[in-house]
Amino acid sequence: MFGYSMAEIGNIVVMQGFSGLSMFTVLLLMALGLAIIFGQMGVINMAHGEFMTIGAYTTVMLSKVAATYGFTNYYFIFAILIAFVLAFAVGYFIEFIMIRHLYKRPLDTLLATWGLSLVMQQIFRSSFGAKEVSAELPEWMLGSFNPTPDIDIPINGVFVMALAALVTFGVYAFMFKSRWGLRVRATVQNRTMAGAVGINTAKVDRITFALGCGIAGIAGAAFTTIASTGPTTGTLYIVDSFMVVVFGGAASIIGTIASAFGIAQAQSVLQFFMTSSMGKVTTLLAIVSILMVKPEGLFASKLRK
Amino acid sequence: MNLWEKLTTSRVLGGKEGVLGLALLAAIIFIVLPLGVDIFRLNLIGKYLTYAFVAVGLVMLWGHGGVLSLGQGIFFGLGGYAMAMFLKLEASDPISTKIQSTPGIPDFMDWNQLTALPWFWEPFKSLPLTIIAVLTIPALFAYVIGYAMFKRRVGGVYFSIITQAVALILSILIVGQQGYTGGVNGITDLKTMLGWDIRTDSAKYILYYVNGLLLIGAIVLSQYIMSSKFGMLLLAMRDKEERVRFSGYDVSNFKIFVFCFAAILSAVGGAMFTLQVGFMSPSFVGIVPSIEMIIFCAVGGRASLIGAVYGTLLVNYGKTVFSETYPELWLFLMGGLFIAVVMFFPNGLAGIWNKYAEKFGWFKPKEDASGTSDVKKPEAKKFEVSASEVDSEATALTSAVTNTTQVAATTKTSSKQANVVNTPAARGA
Repeated sequence: MFGYSMAEIGNIVVMQGFSGLSMFTVLLLMALGLAIIFGQMGVINMAHGEFMTIGAYTTVMLSKVAATYGFTNYYFIFAILIAFVLAFAVGYFIEFIMIRHLYKRPLDTLLATWGLSLVMQQIFRSSFGAKEVSAELPEWMLGSFNPTPDIDIPINGVFVMALAALVTFGVYAFMFKSRWGLRVRATVQNRTMAGAVGINTAKVDRITFALGCGIAGIAGAAFTTIASTGPTTGTLYIVDSFMVVVFGGAASIIGTIASAFGIAQAQSVLQFFMTSSMGKVTTLLAIVSILMVKPEGLFASKLRK
Repeated sequence: MNLWEKLTTSRVLGGKEGVLGLALLAAIIFIVLPLGVDIFRLNLIGKYLTYAFVAVGLVMLWGHGGVLSLGQGIFFGLGGYAMAMFLKLEASDPISTKIQSTPGIPDFMDWNQLTALPWFWEPFKSLPLTIIAVLTIPALFAYVIGYAMFKRRVGGVYFSIITQAVALILSILIVGQQGYTGGVNGITDLKTMLGWDIRTDSAKYILYYVNGLLLIGAIVLSQYIMSSKFGMLLLAMRDKEERVRFSGYDVSNFKIFVFCFAAILSAVGGAMFTLQVGFMSPSFVGIVPSIEMIIFCAVGGRASLIGAVYGTLLVNYGKTVFSETYPELWLFLMGGLFIAVVMFFPNGLAGIWNKYAEKFGWFKPKEDASGTSDVKKPEAKKFEVSASEVDSEATALTSAVTNTTQVAATTKTSSKQANVVNTPAARGA
């Protein structure tokens, strides 16, 4: 097959699979944020990629500060926190001035947030330059370990995956095990009734939106470990993340994880055997075809609409 | 009845206001602009007017049908590429390409070591087949997407996201398959059409006028569709889909039809783009141009066919001026425009115009106008009430409602039909 022996193919699949895992983590973190914003609130946030870019630039800037003051080894933990807080704050503000006026017009949020993404991209370009920048990774994140001589697994990938697992668990706990999650789900299911039983739905909306943006910020921090950041980095991932959310079934966390995994792995493995563009085209085509047959996604919530 | 009365009472043209609006647009396109600007600028305006086809299609699809496609660039690109393939084949005859290792095939194929013309290029050797392809391929493509989505009642945001993904797929495919499509540069160096040099000034003038005529034709055709029973059902469907479905109509067929119609309009725009600009590239296919085309339509007023043309001209003029002088300011402006139009002027230019026209009493139907005297008065009254009840914040668009009012006022609509439109418009608030 393709001129490789079976053992080689095995190794390729493991290594491509692992490089797919880094992409999987970024996609998963992006999609978790979107799943909250789009899946729960029904808002199409086209600027979601730019919230990720906020996180990425925060990490890059912090790595520069860390290099000057010599705490490179553990700045990354702070970077994740600050990326989350910054993206959360910007999301909170954007919800307040823009999104809350548009809840009744989902298609219009799409256009307005697209405009927002253009503005944010230009802000990034004006303040950080058009060139791509990358963060200096702490020493312990560099390098790789080799279970067999042919297989090479980067450590930063393992770290980011642990981070993604943590965030996924956090989102799950927040949405399904906390009072806040209960309020969010109540508001989504029946806004009027939720308001009638004393839930401040406007506040719930704002926190939910900001939380989704904050998670995108964490995705940005994770992103810096696998690639360099530019003003338009976010747009590269926005369609993929939407596809992940729609493909997985909008309101399901398991579905989001499964579809992020499937999409990232399919792209990564296919890109090795075909050209990079054909790998992406094949994956997207497969998703679109499946969605045409099964529009509600893989794991649709069994709700009557 | 003299000609003027015939025109102003024709339901196709949308009454006196419609005729005047159309006449003004035609005057601007055919007289003012050609006299006012040099051929370079006129060619540029011709290019903008090809985007207006997409915007007019979007008015039908989004403004009247309530379906937002983020993939109109697909159809613009399909039409443009079909035309470009024909022109490219004509430009690469064996004599002018004799330095290639395989003469007679387009230069980019030769660069990519192709030795024969791919099969799907063969039909584009003939102009009639090309024109058929421009009209049918996008329609078929839209039909397949529309059938798969609408028959399963996938609509709204899911449809937008999927069309966006399709636009991404197509643009990646075109860029990736350089040997077959010309890659990221697109199809360039187009010279003649059936031996007629399209790069001369006179050809540019002729193409500009052809383009203008087609555009006016597209608007009149769209108005004809909107003034028919189908148009009313379309509006009703946008505002209250379930009600139309419960009345026994298959709404998915309406959506598929209007999606195909918008696709064909976009494709005609794309083909005219190729002819006037002389190349086609994947940068007009992907997500960014597709969404930009929506803002052209939104600025003009998403429910106004003529407004869409003005919106397109205005946004593109702004883009040219600003991106030449302040390139870094342009994205701020474009982004701000998206936000402002959505948040403060959901009805765009047409909404502003209608507001002032109402305020100052322009174009109020005269009571004694002989042509409109046979209108059922009470019904027209009822329509106006429902229009004023519409909350400007809600999805119902005043201009669309005024449009229906006109239609109802100028046609002898049966009251049953009128109710279909009236109820959803009022309920949309």
